[in-house]
Amino acid sequence: MSIFKRLAPALLAATILAGGVTTVHADDQHFPLQSYRVGPYAAGGTGFFGGFIDYLNLINTRDGGVNGVKLTWSEGETEYEVEKGVEVYQRLKTNPGIAAWNPLSVGIAYAMLDGITADKVPLITINHGRTDTTDGRVFPYAFPLLLNPYSETSGIVNYIAAKEGGLEALKGKKIAVLYHGSPYGKETIPIYELLAEKYGFSLVQIEVPHPGSEQQSQWLQIRQERPDYVVLRGWGVMNPVALSTAQRNGFPVDHIIGNVWSNSEEDVTPAGDAAIGYTAITTQASGKEYPVLQEIIKTVYGAGQGNLADQARIGSVYHNLGIVNGILNVEAVRIAQGKFGNRTLTGDEVRWGFEHLQLTPERVKELGAENLFHSINVTYDNHEGEGYVTFQQWDGQKWNVVSDWIAPDWALLRPIIEKSSEAYAAEKGLTLRTEADAENVSQ
Amino acid sequence: MTFVADNPLATPLTRHLPLAAGLLLAFVAVPAFASDYVIEAILLPFLALSLAGLGLNLLTGYTGQVSLGSAAFMAVGAFAAFNLEHRIDWLPLPVSILLAGLTAAAVGLVFGLPSLRLRGFYLAVSTLAAQFFVQWALTKFGWFSNYSASGIISAPSLHVFGISLDGTAGRYLFALSTTALITLFVHRLVISPIGANLIAVRDNETAARVIGVPVLRTKLAVFALSSAIIGIAGAIWAFAYLRTVEPAGFNLDRSFQILFIVIIGGLATVRGAFLGAALIVIFPLLLSRFTGLAFDGVADAGVLKLIERIFFGAVIIAFLIAEPNGLSAILSRITRRFTR
Repeated sequence: MSIFKRLAPALLAATILAGGVTTVHADDQHFPLQSYRVGPYAAGGTGFFGGFIDYLNLINTRDGGVNGVKLTWSEGETEYEVEKGVEVYQRLKTNPGIAAWNPLSVGIAYAMLDGITADKVPLITINHGRTDTTDGRVFPYAFPLLLNPYSETSGIVNYIAAKEGGLEALKGKKIAVLYHGSPYGKETIPIYELLAEKYGFSLVQIEVPHPGSEQQSQWLQIRQERPDYVVLRGWGVMNPVALSTAQRNGFPVDHIIGNVWSNSEEDVTPAGDAAIGYTAITTQASGKEYPVLQEIIKTVYGAGQGNLADQARIGSVYHNLGIVNGILNVEAVRIAQGKFGNRTLTGDEVRWGFEHLQLTPERVKELGAENLFHSINVTYDNHEGEGYVTFQQWDGQKWNVVSDWIAPDWALLRPIIEKSSEAYAAEKGLTLRTEADAENVSQ
Repeated sequence: MTFVADNPLATPLTRHLPLAAGLLLAFVAVPAFASDYVIEAILLPFLALSLAGLGLNLLTGYTGQVSLGSAAFMAVGAFAAFNLEHRIDWLPLPVSILLAGLTAAAVGLVFGLPSLRLRGFYLAVSTLAAQFFVQWALTKFGWFSNYSASGIISAPSLHVFGISLDGTAGRYLFALSTTALITLFVHRLVISPIGANLIAVRDNETAARVIGVPVLRTKLAVFALSSAIIGIAGAIWAFAYLRTVEPAGFNLDRSFQILFIVIIGGLATVRGAFLGAALIVIFPLLLSRFTGLAFDGVADAGVLKLIERIFFGAVIIAFLIAEPNGLSAILSRITRRFTR
């Protein structure tokens, strides 16, 4: 007993020093997951990572992997905290055959940026992340796939224009932006100003201090300003509170447009009836009618291997985002295999795959994801990949798609992004990557 | 809570040998043999939090002023160091770190003013103001983060006298040297007459005033010094450990974490901060490895995390019941048993 007592700490220490026991095989393609299943953002974390794992599972069970290469993953809990994310990164980065990192947290992504660039492994920040990482000439390994915050802003303004009958009709209209009082919330302030000037609508931007559980004064101001639309750039509890406060102040809910982090079931259900008619932007539709979801339900959940504890959440916004993220990761691996061979790829080879991740609507249909998301067109210098957005309206039970796929105004935004990324390159003393550099892949 | 914890009967050799061996191990063996994971995920946060604990221990342990604003001073230090490095190119890194400490000291001085009138819980509540004000100011004014779109900034590359410290070992040695120097300084301070003044203020302010201790000046000075050390810890946290700075990372949770380090480690001891930080940093990792191995596939990651939290809380309660004076007192008992 006493020997065991003395040995136990040593054994534990030995485990930690040895980097833990892993079940990863060298001939697999590996996805280390910095997931968050506890803490304030667990709803997003369980849905997203659940969807991602469900899709990887589907590929393994249905296809036997990607061209015979099995997909594996390991999870580390971050609770959405940066230092826990760094610990998990350090712990898992020695696993063999890593394809890409997907932290779903801008803070953790920032902390890993130097590390993954040195490791030459791609870092995927789908629908979020630092806007200027879109410029692949400066950030070779960072991919804010589908939608960066600037494109989101442009997409929302274009949708309002479409509702009003064209961009011309925006002239003289008034839009209020209610944003979360955090770095994330403030990121789009200059872009709204730019678009207001370009299209001639007037603009009020109102801050809601974190966490946003009290918004009476902000909605009083909105009542005085009488805007035609309110854009909700919220996060967490701020979203349902905004919707119920709007109802109390008599602002019509169908003139409130939510952004990409105000678009989930968890954002609307607490608001009850006040949310019926609320519209929000998304890059991936919700619902389970898409073939890929039907296959996940049949193959993965049917075999009792589904990742979501609550099966009612299958097809929810975050779950579908995880599935789309899975599709993009797997297809990048497949595209890279087409060039480098059907084997375990290095991180840099997968990076090449992401830089050629071009999925036409036809290819998306083949993947069973038609209307789940539109298409993507990533190149070496455009790491966002021109994702289309759509708008969904809450009917009290579920989200219904109410628009076509809408393209943000990428040409307008690109010079602003390049200005920021080139300033970063100058600050860090980096030379801009060319297409020839991007073809240079380390084994 | 003794003034000098060391065994007075020990000879200078036996007293200094463990320290020398420890330093040799830390400065030479660790960079040579330890893996990236040990340095990046364990030793760097351990050093930064130890240093912050040391700073808070001066204020709370030695002088008896409770503060809940530690994370705010860490943030001031981190953002000051970032702006100094970014805006004044030619400034050598040690100088920017020192100036960042001075900036934190200035902010600490301002928020230390209420301590002249308030005590105990009331002072703790007033230091909360620092916590909220600093975080608000850093988010509100873009200048602090150089107008970075998302407010999160990347740390600049680290150079001392032309030598790059960007590698794992370089950052570790930078953090270790800074921590070692400051620890030496604090050790000299607390065994000096000034250290006695601090304890006099803690134990009985009126009596301290009667025997000629300048109470007000001592309180303000210790607020400034403690904030400076915590500020430097913040700079190490941001530059050497995370390589990124975001205001939300320095929230109230971090302040509590530092306070717990001091309480668990042992109030009014230098080594207490290190022992407490070791427990707070390393124990959860060991625990998560252990549950990960023991319950692999049995429960999902979320449930495991909650089990870990319950267990961690229980261990801390058990420690404090067994020895209210913290890990430092437990260590003293163990060493006494061996040297006897």
